Amino acid sequence: MKTQTGYVAGVNGNLIKVDFDGSVRKNEVGYILVDDKRLKGEVIRINNGEVSMQIYEMTNGIKVGDQVEFTGELMSVDLGPGLLTQVFDGLQNPLPKLAEQCGFFLDRGVYLDAIPDRDWDFTPVAKIGDHVKAGSTIGTVPEGLFTHHIMVPFTLRGSDWTVKSINKAGSYNVRSTVCTIENAKGETKDLTMIFTQPIKQAVKCYSEKLRPTEPLVTKIRCIDSFLPVAKGGTFCTPGPFGAGKTVLQHMQAKNSEADVVIVAACGERAGEVVEVLKEFPELIDPKTGRSLMERTIIICNTSSMPVAAREASCYTAVTLAEYYRQMGLDVLLLADSTSRWAQAMREMSGRLEEIPGEEAFPAYLESTIAAFYERAGRVRLDDGQIASITIGGTVSPAGGNFEEPVTQATLKVVGAFHGLARERSDARKYPAIHPVDSWSKYKGVVDMDLVNKARGILIRSTEVNQMMKVVGEEGTSSEDYIIYQKGELLDAVYLQQNSFDPIDEACVPDRQRREFGRLYDALTKKYDITDKREIRAFFNQLRQEFLDWHGCEFETPEFEAQEKKISDFYMAKVVE
Amino acid sequence: MQKVYTKIESIVGNVVTVRAPGVKNGDLALVGDSYANVIKLDKDIVSLQVFAGAQGVSTTDPVRFLGRPMMVSFSDHLLGRIFDGAGVPRDNGPALTENMIPIGGPSFNPAKRILPNKMVRTGIPMIDVFNTLVESQKLPIFSISGEPYNQLLSRIAMQAEVDVIILGGMGLKYDDYMEFRDTLEKGGAMSHTVMFIHTAADPIVECTLVPDMSLAVAEQFALAGKRVLVLLTDMTNFADAQKEMAITMEQVPSNRGYPGDLYSCLASRYEKAVDIEGAGSITILGVTTMPGDDVTHPVPDNTGYITEGQYYLKGGRIEPFGSLSRLKQNVNGKTRNDHRALMDGMIKLYAQYKESLEKKSMGFMMTEWDDKLLKYGEMFESKMMDLSVNIPLEDALDLGWEILAECFDPVETGMKTSLIEERWPNRDALN
Repeated sequence: MKTQTGYVAGVNGNLIKVDFDGSVRKNEVGYILVDDKRLKGEVIRINNGEVSMQIYEMTNGIKVGDQVEFTGELMSVDLGPGLLTQVFDGLQNPLPKLAEQCGFFLDRGVYLDAIPDRDWDFTPVAKIGDHVKAGSTIGTVPEGLFTHHIMVPFTLRGSDWTVKSINKAGSYNVRSTVCTIENAKGETKDLTMIFTQPIKQAVKCYSEKLRPTEPLVTKIRCIDSFLPVAKGGTFCTPGPFGAGKTVLQHMQAKNSEADVVIVAACGERAGEVVEVLKEFPELIDPKTGRSLMERTIIICNTSSMPVAAREASCYTAVTLAEYYRQMGLDVLLLADSTSRWAQAMREMSGRLEEIPGEEAFPAYLESTIAAFYERAGRVRLDDGQIASITIGGTVSPAGGNFEEPVTQATLKVVGAFHGLARERSDARKYPAIHPVDSWSKYKGVVDMDLVNKARGILIRSTEVNQMMKVVGEEGTSSEDYIIYQKGELLDAVYLQQNSFDPIDEACVPDRQRREFGRLYDALTKKYDITDKREIRAFFNQLRQEFLDWHGCEFETPEFEAQEKKISDFYMAKVVE
Repeated sequence: MQKVYTKIESIVGNVVTVRAPGVKNGDLALVGDSYANVIKLDKDIVSLQVFAGAQGVSTTDPVRFLGRPMMVSFSDHLLGRIFDGAGVPRDNGPALTENMIPIGGPSFNPAKRILPNKMVRTGIPMIDVFNTLVESQKLPIFSISGEPYNQLLSRIAMQAEVDVIILGGMGLKYDDYMEFRDTLEKGGAMSHTVMFIHTAADPIVECTLVPDMSLAVAEQFALAGKRVLVLLTDMTNFADAQKEMAITMEQVPSNRGYPGDLYSCLASRYEKAVDIEGAGSITILGVTTMPGDDVTHPVPDNTGYITEGQYYLKGGRIEPFGSLSRLKQNVNGKTRNDHRALMDGMIKLYAQYKESLEKKSMGFMMTEWDDKLLKYGEMFESKMMDLSVNIPLEDALDLGWEILAECFDPVETGMKTSLIEERWPNRDALN
């Protein structure tokens, strides 16, 4: 294909103005030729015959008159077997390979193949003469835990394609042709195991989108029981800095019962990615008995990496998620943090001198956020399988104030809100999800009626606590004081969870139901104690017993014995 | 390319523009005899930011482009030296021109990072026990004007075990600069210290160069296998300098006048903190003064999202609430088995003490439990929080148990029974 060329006419930060002849597509990728390097960029505006490009690299050294090559292709990622376990930057550059080539630092202008060059054992599924369309499976290869589907590219247009030839089962290179398809007009297309997909277009190769009804188990009590997330749902976790957003998200990445987990570290600390990178290969997924890394892809565009690539990284992540969803898998995408992504948009918008909206964010902020979260969902694929993408994004509101534009725009489009509170994290109550202010529209793993009653106790308890601050402990009746203590107990032994304790860090649904049942029983009993000191001592002891229970392995004699100890302890004080 | 341009088209703030073809973005130039760098190109109009400020620049001053970006010399000769923000010596020593390295280089490949796992012992219990400092961590001290943050910084610099100290001073008061120098000299640390000092009286552009200079040098030392501690004070001045420059450049401000890229600006500096496999490390301790003691101010707020925790310095003490070292989990599991539990337990109780204190100040009747908490809180503040306390971690942990034992019954502490049995100082109280 003939490439268009242009010349640099101006440089302002990471925004480059380019003069060109001929035709240029909006959002197409172009390269600036600087010295011996090719710096990638994307056309984001064409104005008065001048192209504005955002450059995904540092722009030092670019001068007016430097040549620009337009590719005619939209910003895309490569999809194919071998993506799992990898660590990419926002443009799908594999970072470990980059390190092999360039050493400690991220040299600019180096772009490597995202998909490793290797052979795979291909098993054909389609037969000659079969009708195929975008997203149809033509064969499979085994990729770690999964049967990886080799599919017809999602961008293929028309429904009159048939398989003209397909390779027999055997080992083929990932880039060799395995299948040829032909349409009614006689045009043919050779398919390899890899194809490209533009990242800003949602993949819609499914028959229908369903309601998210099935809970996505995260093994975090507070979420699964009180603020559940559904497969195919969306949730957001806003919180001030230091409230534990990232630790919470890592717990979710580690313990969630999803098939594939994609972690998009977008504009956050590199150190946090390293934690995942070093920790996950060591951890064993209890469901499969294999390393956790085998179901994980990390997209990592940390805060010191170029801003424009940060904007792309969230889209790269969701496109990879859609690819694995097309294979009938449940994918969990965790984006940390969508605020940095929004800020990247703001920086570009400022450079383009667009009229700023609230807090200088661009006017299209809300629709962009909504479009991103809408790429989540539970779908019925063409072959009848149910698959899903669940998107969880953290938000880092300026000053911890949830009134700011990014949080508000996000809250409009998500199904669950896990708001983190500074006062809880200050008091070391982790996870610091505010149990009363947060909400979820999904169904959880324990009986929601009981949960709502328990939440009622919690709300009452907070009220009593507020009142006590005014009238003092002595002005509070014993009944109210007991309610207050019950709320505190619920918080301390159920909502809080120790993510650094080997047993407590993951609480399976059965255990949650069991523990919640016991706790609910204890919370709904009436106790025959009136002296406040005794009440406090009683609940302190009860709390201690519950905490020790958390330390017992599930379904062991020890576990049963401790539960008996707890029930004996509180039943002794119960009045009918 | 030593062509001289003598027609300056405009001078706005510290930015001058000149018509010159073939100039590269980011290159260095001389405007008169002051350094400047290229910040924007539009056709042949080049915008230059003059480091020493554009005051007194004439439209006919010569502009020479040097054809290279801003650089700093790197060698062991730097040790013991003091420079300004543009790399010019301010200690009357010779200028260094050998082995020039570019500043503001590319980002470290995350795949090459290793998990920080070495504790930096400081002898300050509020740091060692509650918020352990870890090698390669980036941590700001949030404070307000008038607090002894610079003293705390120099104390950490003196006591921490590192090979090289790099001090980047931004908008420092001259007295503070002298105090740093004197303290480090007296403590014998000057011989392994490099200083890049911008005082409040110096041109504003130089202020924005200080972190890049300091970190470029730090990076080279770290690659050479040295453990480097970079002290940056005060990053709020750095951000304010960025703001000033952005406004002169007519950028759309985002929040309280700060540019929209404040986060990226701060992050690209702080993210230089790294532990390099098979080589040294960079640990960054910054100071961020909070205007009006407001943590939601854009500078501390953005900083908090970037750094791995923060120390709040308030009333001359490191506040346990809000102060946080995110990396402490990497090291405090290996120190002693009671470290984590004690850390959490003591803070939870201290939080309850604060509530009791509030109740007391409102004149409510104090229960027996409140009295216990009040006693605990006072002991905690005087024995642990006081900044003058200088004891090793293990002693500080023992001290923690003693304080607990003196104030509470074991069951009231919320600690695991097994730990209490192991560590409770007064065994008789257990039964």
